[in-house]
Amino acid sequence: MKVTVEQDKCVAAGQCVATAPDVFDQRDEDGVVVLLTEEPAADLADDVRYAAAVCPALAIHIED
Amino acid sequence: MSDVLPEAEAPEWPMPRAAGCPFDPPPALRALTDDKPLARVRIWDGSTPWIVTGHAAQRTLLGDPRVSVDERLPGFPHWHEGMAAAVEYRPRSVFNSDAPEHTRYRRIMTGPFTLKRVEALRPTIQKITDDLIDRMLAGPKPADLVEALALPLPTLMISELLGVPYEDHDFFQENAARGIAHNVSAEESMRTFGALNGYLVQLVEKKAAEPADDALSDIAARVNAGDITVAEAAMMGLGLLIAGHETSANMIGLATAALLEHPEQLALLRDTDDPKVVAGAVEELLRYLGIIHGGQRRIAKEDIEIAGETIRAGEGIIIELFSANRDADVFPEPDVMDLRRANARHHNAFGFGIHQCVGQQLARVELQIVYCTLFRRVPTLALAVERDEIQFKHDRLAYGVYTLPVTW
Ligand code: HEM
Ligand code: SF4
Repeated sequence: MKVTVEQDKCVAAGQCVATAPDVFDQRDEDGVVVLLTEEPAADLADDVRYAAAVCPALAIHIED
Repeated sequence: MSDVLPEAEAPEWPMPRAAGCPFDPPPALRALTDDKPLARVRIWDGSTPWIVTGHAAQRTLLGDPRVSVDERLPGFPHWHEGMAAAVEYRPRSVFNSDAPEHTRYRRIMTGPFTLKRVEALRPTIQKITDDLIDRMLAGPKPADLVEALALPLPTLMISELLGVPYEDHDFFQENAARGIAHNVSAEESMRTFGALNGYLVQLVEKKAAEPADDALSDIAARVNAGDITVAEAAMMGLGLLIAGHETSANMIGLATAALLEHPEQLALLRDTDDPKVVAGAVEELLRYLGIIHGGQRRIAKEDIEIAGETIRAGEGIIIELFSANRDADVFPEPDVMDLRRANARHHNAFGFGIHQCVGQQLARVELQIVYCTLFRRVPTLALAVERDEIQFKHDRLAYGVYTLPVTW
């Protein structure tokens, strides 16, 4: 699994961090998403998929 | 072929909920959108915007850049006459701008509301909650839970975060409450907006001159830096202040009313010490209670095809979030409150798309703390009136209870 995020689209809702904190973080100053790892471990795959589904800005993309 | 009613027959919105069913959406809206996710309604100014109730259709539209919140576009389906009249006076903000302008405003507001910053507030929120419950328990019975806990908790939190003196809360609560009724005249809207705006402008100017360690000072610093005007900064502060207390307050009052009717569900929340169970329960309450029931307002900038219909450029769109939370295609047995529901988090209670709630993580933590603490510390909590005496906020854009007399 390969993950990318579009920081320009992110609205800092924090949904991804709440779902997969080992993969996503938020910038301190404005909460914009920070990707911690582009290729998360297999056991995190479901959480990452869920994070992409709940991201309101559709800013998280996944390639299998 | 379209089976949507001709425009002339579009029923009036808002619609009343059924007597005796204070927790369910209006039956007439359900009938209207029984077999399709959108229909036409007639609003106060005689226009006939679309109302969208389906979960999938809402997410599609809320994520579509052709769907705008620009309230100055002709044909915008304003909530009431007051909103329409004040349109020229309301500065641009997250509430009425589209990307990329929206992104610029939003980034200035989101810093204090990241998951990490909000998690760090847990001890503060816990302490405020405990103090308020101590005070309620020490006072006379019955007590009004709204006044004792539901309103002061979020108000204290957002006041502290922003750096708004709590002594002023009577003033802004009263004016804010007047501004969000279903029916507000042009004159009243101008008066309340003027009063609130004037207050915030003064406060921003003060914070710009003497910054403190709070969110409004950070916003005021952006005025000093020339990034935004004082009017825009005041609008941000006002938006956070109003959105940040009334909504959470409604969630606390209404959830308590609902949970007292379902003791087995209340017990689940009271007896668990698993934070995941608590978090899941809060999501289900957000879904089930759907306090934002007035319909979010949008306008189509281009023709949009959706669910076999065409929304024409310039037509109004009303996104009725509560109905989507009761969409059986997403939530099996949608009218049942089930605090263990697996996919509750897919609710639209905070909206969707780029305008999804800025304060959602704060709201979640407030609710997680307050529900657990209240039912644990006051296990004998009970209504002090009959259920049919509870005054529900039928006439407000955000649903809730006006008062909730309780005893223990
Ligand atoms: C349970 C409590 C809450 C609920 C149910 C709620 C609900 C919502 C909804 C549905 C929207 C989207 C409106 C739209 O798309 O038209 C929204 C936006 C917003 N909320 Fe909340 N909210 C809550 C608490 C809060 C809190 C605590 C704050 C602030 C601290 C807040 C600040 C905002 C702001 C600033 C926006 C506008 C965002 C934008 O347009 O980009 N809300 N909220
Ligand atoms: S869920 Fe989406 S919008 Fe929210 S912080 Fe993560 S990437 Fe940004």
